[in-house]
Amino acid sequence: MEPIIRLENVSFSYKINEKTKVPVLRNISFSIFPGEYVAIIGHNGSGKSTLSKHLNGILTPENGDVWVHGHNTKDSNRKRDIRQSVGTVFQHPDNQIVATIVEEDVAFGLENISVPREEMRQRVDEALNVVKMSPFRHRPPHLLSGGQKQRVAIAGVLAMQPDCIVFDEATSMLDSFGRKEVLQVMRKMNNMGMTIITVTHHMAEAAEADRIIVIEGGQIVMDGPPREIFQHKQELENLQLVVPSVSQMAEIIHNQFSDFSKDLIQENELIVEVEKFIIGEEVS
Amino acid sequence: MTGRAIIEIENLSHTYMKGTPMEHVALKGTNLYVEEGECIAIIGHTGSGKSTLIQHFNGLMRPESGKVIIDGLDLSKKKVDLKTLRQRVGLVFQNPEDQIFEKIIGDDIAYGPFKLGLPLKEVRDRVKWAMSVVGLDFEEMKDRQTFALSGGQKRKVALAGILALKPKILVLDEPTAGLDPRSRNELLDKIKRLNKEEKLTVVFVSHNMEEVAMLADRVYVMAGGTDVLSGTPKEIFTDKEKLQQHQIGTPETVQVLYRLTDLGYQVNLDAFSINEASEEITKLLVGKKEGCRHVQRI
Repeated sequence: MEPIIRLENVSFSYKINEKTKVPVLRNISFSIFPGEYVAIIGHNGSGKSTLSKHLNGILTPENGDVWVHGHNTKDSNRKRDIRQSVGTVFQHPDNQIVATIVEEDVAFGLENISVPREEMRQRVDEALNVVKMSPFRHRPPHLLSGGQKQRVAIAGVLAMQPDCIVFDEATSMLDSFGRKEVLQVMRKMNNMGMTIITVTHHMAEAAEADRIIVIEGGQIVMDGPPREIFQHKQELENLQLVVPSVSQMAEIIHNQFSDFSKDLIQENELIVEVEKFIIGEEVS
Repeated sequence: MTGRAIIEIENLSHTYMKGTPMEHVALKGTNLYVEEGECIAIIGHTGSGKSTLIQHFNGLMRPESGKVIIDGLDLSKKKVDLKTLRQRVGLVFQNPEDQIFEKIIGDDIAYGPFKLGLPLKEVRDRVKWAMSVVGLDFEEMKDRQTFALSGGQKRKVALAGILALKPKILVLDEPTAGLDPRSRNELLDKIKRLNKEEKLTVVFVSHNMEEVAMLADRVYVMAGGTDVLSGTPKEIFTDKEKLQQHQIGTPETVQVLYRLTDLGYQVNLDAFSINEASEEITKLLVGKKEGCRHVQRI
């Protein structure tokens, strides 16, 4: 299968002054394939935000190349195609919402690429439907909650019909209600076939993905399914990260009851394990 | 806590763009009371008035109607000693990049103390101290450029700049949003220590319920521009009806415990920390085990 995004020996540094440069990405290579749900984690300053900005050419590599559907992000003639296949949802929905009415905001990108009126209607309807914001379509965005606003921002990106959406800490300003709403939307879009890449500090959120890439010092230090990654508790702690709360709880309970699995990463799994344990006991 | 009120807000209202078609009521009849040395969390959805409220604490906004008294200074009076007020109340905004303007980290943190007219040595000591509190290495970071910092590092610099002023009241808007887990825990520990050991009064706005459960002595819930609920984290997070009514989230640990009670199991809901919550589940499992043995014996 052809990857959607392919990074080849990507390096990038921020120039501080004439003499000094701070290297942020060092020789990173990986591929993202259609339909994947990938979480990128790493501590502050590890380079993950810079990395996510390379995925659709907001930044271009100093050395190496990023290919989106076979187009090099350095090729300025292809920038439009690239941005259309890989959309970004940023941390602050306020920075991304431009119109004064929800449905107009979702239509904004479509107006820019001159989509015919009928098709525009249809795409806006569909996008609002996916994020469950149709009832709010005539409301002004500034009166919505954070989670609702972020879902409007997602709808705006979704209406452009990209193949892949990058979420750059898109839930970090939301409360647990808002975060749950956005996570459900991400899962739903992934089930519809959309490739999802999420940059996050929230381990419970990373546990929802199918693959986790861990960044440290501008390099990839781990890459694998969440269950595998979260077994390396000590290594993650050395990288200033933690395993999800659920995994920590499972481990503590496991130390009391060795039959209780410690290999849990999601809230549901913990509930199921508790039930299984209790019912199992009752049967024996 | 000394029992002495340091922040008293009564019936505070504020309307943006009053008298225009864009008129928007941000606060209506809000009350808030903070004792010296307390750590208070303010929670509520976007647009509930949290940010408007905290901007009244250091006189960035003046009361349109109602009463605001900060450490004895009455802000509803025409003449207020704003310099003294702002020395006593340090406010860290939500977007740290907004309040960093110097090119070099050390200079940025030293800016406030310099403006207070402190001697150079004192300024240097305060910068050093403030950087250590937020977990920035003085020697390594003091001469680094501010623009090349990551979001989390900028947040630390902004906080250090405020701490260097040695305020009596520290006001934080989403202190840990965007921080990685370890930086987050370290910062929360530091804030807790400043609150408990140095008796700094802390008021913070947060959507992160783990943080609220861990830090706050009391919580105010804002909705529609007014305080709809207040109490200890225990009172707030164990009141299922109110949580749902106001759409308040809970810490992940409490979420698990709620789901277990929904399934009919008996657990205490006020086990906020990972250890306490695990303990609750362990107790449940032990209880069930013994219960079964009991049944079998009969």
